[in-house]
Amino acid sequence: MSNKTLPVWIDVGVIPLINVCLAFFVSGLIILLIGESPLEAVQYIITGAFGYDEGIGYTLYYTTNFIFTGLAVSVAFHAGLFNIGGEGQAYIGGLGVGLMCMSLDSFMPWWALFPFAIAAGAAFGAAWAFIPAYLQAYRGSHVVITTIMFNFIASALMVYLLVNVLIEPGSMAPQTRSIMAAATLPSMQELFAVIGIDIANSPLNISIFLALICCVLVWLLLWHTRLGYAIRMIGFNDNAAVYSGINTRRVIVITMCISGAMSAMVGINEVMGAQERVLLDFVAGAGFTGIAVALMGRNHPIGIVIASLLFGALYQGGAELSFEVPTITRDLVVVIQGLVILFCGALSLMIKPSVEKLFLKLYSKKETTNV
Amino acid sequence: MLTTQNTEQQETLTPAIDLRKINKSFGPVHANKDVDLVVTKGSIHGIIGENGAGKSTLMSILYGFYEADSGEILVNGKQASITSSKDAINAGIGMVHQHFMLIETFSVLENVMLGAESSSSLKKSKISARAELARLSQEFGLAVDPDAIVGDLAVGLQQRVEILKSLYRGADILILDEPTGVLTPQEVKQLFDILNALRERGVSVMLITHKLQEILEITDQVTVMRAGTMVASRQTSQTTKEELAELMVGRKVLLEVDKSPAAPKEVLLEAHNLTIKDFAGITRLDNVSLEVKAGEILGIAGVSGNGQTELLDVLSGILPVQQGSITLSGVTIDASNVLNAKDFRHLSLGHVAEDRHKQGMVTDFSARECSIMGFQDEPEFNGAILMDNNAVTEHCIKLMDEFDVRPNNPHLKAANFSGGNQQKLCIAREMDRKPSVLLVGQPTRGVDIGAIEFIHQQIVQLRDAGNAVLVVSVELEEVMSLCDRIIVMFEGRIVGEMAASDADAQTLGLLMGNAGEPNTTEGGAT
Repeated sequence: MSNKTLPVWIDVGVIPLINVCLAFFVSGLIILLIGESPLEAVQYIITGAFGYDEGIGYTLYYTTNFIFTGLAVSVAFHAGLFNIGGEGQAYIGGLGVGLMCMSLDSFMPWWALFPFAIAAGAAFGAAWAFIPAYLQAYRGSHVVITTIMFNFIASALMVYLLVNVLIEPGSMAPQTRSIMAAATLPSMQELFAVIGIDIANSPLNISIFLALICCVLVWLLLWHTRLGYAIRMIGFNDNAAVYSGINTRRVIVITMCISGAMSAMVGINEVMGAQERVLLDFVAGAGFTGIAVALMGRNHPIGIVIASLLFGALYQGGAELSFEVPTITRDLVVVIQGLVILFCGALSLMIKPSVEKLFLKLYSKKETTNV
Repeated sequence: MLTTQNTEQQETLTPAIDLRKINKSFGPVHANKDVDLVVTKGSIHGIIGENGAGKSTLMSILYGFYEADSGEILVNGKQASITSSKDAINAGIGMVHQHFMLIETFSVLENVMLGAESSSSLKKSKISARAELARLSQEFGLAVDPDAIVGDLAVGLQQRVEILKSLYRGADILILDEPTGVLTPQEVKQLFDILNALRERGVSVMLITHKLQEILEITDQVTVMRAGTMVASRQTSQTTKEELAELMVGRKVLLEVDKSPAAPKEVLLEAHNLTIKDFAGITRLDNVSLEVKAGEILGIAGVSGNGQTELLDVLSGILPVQQGSITLSGVTIDASNVLNAKDFRHLSLGHVAEDRHKQGMVTDFSARECSIMGFQDEPEFNGAILMDNNAVTEHCIKLMDEFDVRPNNPHLKAANFSGGNQQKLCIAREMDRKPSVLLVGQPTRGVDIGAIEFIHQQIVQLRDAGNAVLVVSVELEEVMSLCDRIIVMFEGRIVGEMAASDADAQTLGLLMGNAGEPNTTEGGAT
């Protein structure tokens, strides 16, 4: 009956942890099945992700993307909207970042350009989310369907632009010219060099700080502003929101735009940070991984940071694993990631009843001994 | 077959149901504590208790939805292990749920035989089911057209189909969970006639209700539950309303609303020719005009679903005005001047929603977040950018103190409060700004008796302070005792108006069914 008796730490801590372990357990069985040692594989993943500073750099670089897209999904989710369009919004957002950087990089250094790039990316990402949002709020077209469609439209549009319009003259690769070095974001190795520490090169750049700031902003937005109050109320019960005089359509549109803008920050990390140009498919699935991250992180910024770190480690460690153990292909690493998504997302409630039962048993035992 | 004239004599027979030391816990909540219950064969046994007293849990155990942690169930003297509703049906137990378990697009016959077909050929099953249904209808006086589509039937008839379903499956023990909530007084009378007929033919009936009047009217024995335990069992003939109420609540309660005659003054809320059509184009509110005066409580009576919800929604700004107009605090609201619920609140209107789980609160929110719904944009709760969460918490504590909401923890999830405390919090929020007009939908739905008294007092106090109150309730007794003037609605129209002092259940009941004679609402009933 009452399933609200579980303390928070079980819901957001223990249950996701068990889910991850289950996913790893099944992954282990699969690795065993193809004749490799699961323990060895785990070792490769962990050392690959955290064992040396270049690995850590890559892990955190992936983490940065996942934080942005995870936040994007969760902001929309709090309003009851399932934004699957993070991929397209990040892609178009990156276009915005690239265009802004390329038009201003000869005039100003990165720190002056940074706010403009953020604004341009956010505007492009928000605009890409606006259309599905408007259709959802005012025309009743489901946002899940439209955002998926918009991913494809974004992809096609970017191919066209990169092949026909923005391609660097004389180049064969469908990508823009490089952004001038002074206008790109400082990488972590540059930052550490300033304070005299020498670390290995990696694509990790100061976007990770932006990601952490975004976590705080999202937390403030959702739990400390009127808009957040309205967003969460719509998500829980939109009848109650109308009862409270909230303009639900407007809030839905605004929420989706915030979500799109958040996804677009992937463009900062990739275009202004790691790649230093706009190139084909630079988002590389981060938009979709954001869904898993948000689900696993229980739509809370802290959970999202932890989940992003896990997925970042899986990406980096997985790449290492397929490199070290040739029988474990890149595809198998995707399977492992898929299992984590399956257990933490789709099956996240599977073990809840049994954990609940177990906890309540222990709890009531404690109660009776106390009495 | 047994006849029940003499209950004394029945005591010596094997009871239909014998529950012994039933225990059931949900985590730390002990929903049933050592519950013993004996239901005599061929009797009507009332089970009464406040919300959360454990009635539903007990019945769910008996019907196999839950398994008891400990205890024994004896059906007709035999130990029964009931772990699913299938076991319960096999043991001869049938249940009529508060919300009917019928397929509206199927015919009566199809609903009755669903899951209990006698043959794999549908045609053969239908023929035998039809014969059996005719026999049952004949025997128990449960006339229903077997070929009628269930969705087209009146609620009272749908309930008959539910009862027939149980009888068809061979039930000789029938559990009815709050069966009268959705019925007009005339339909209630017909239900009671049916229950009497069932009793005469030896069927044992367990009636779960919170309405004391019904217990006294129909049952042979009554058992009172409070906080998970059986507190008393009585022969109905030897108890009174007052005693039962006291047993339920654990203290003396005032059953009548204590109020002085109304002194109506100027009109504060006026509706002119309001008409509302839903998205499918069906008229839900049909040319409704009414006025509510300062210092009076206007009651809207009617069977639920006859336009009361739409009336409350349009009068509070949830539904936009389509046709007609509303005058509130000197402002006219019509199709060309649409205001939302927040704007209405600024015009000094409070609105306690009919259904607090659907509208009036967010059960996943904490109490403090619920305490500012509709006022979330007020300057007192907001800083320049961020909300002033401390102010919100303080506001919630204030409301909880004023309206005695327990537990007085503003951070507790709204869902974890009892119905009565949730309602008190909602009413506290809406009354806090002393609105000149207060709309209250179902003031005491799902609220325990102790809180009912308190809520009624608060509403009367607001009236006495010179404000206008409009109450919508499906509880006829409540409308009659709380309100000063009563309007009856039927199919979106106002079909009658009278002073509460002139009203009686019979007249109101007839108006609610929009009938000069009882029975005319009963579609194909004869």
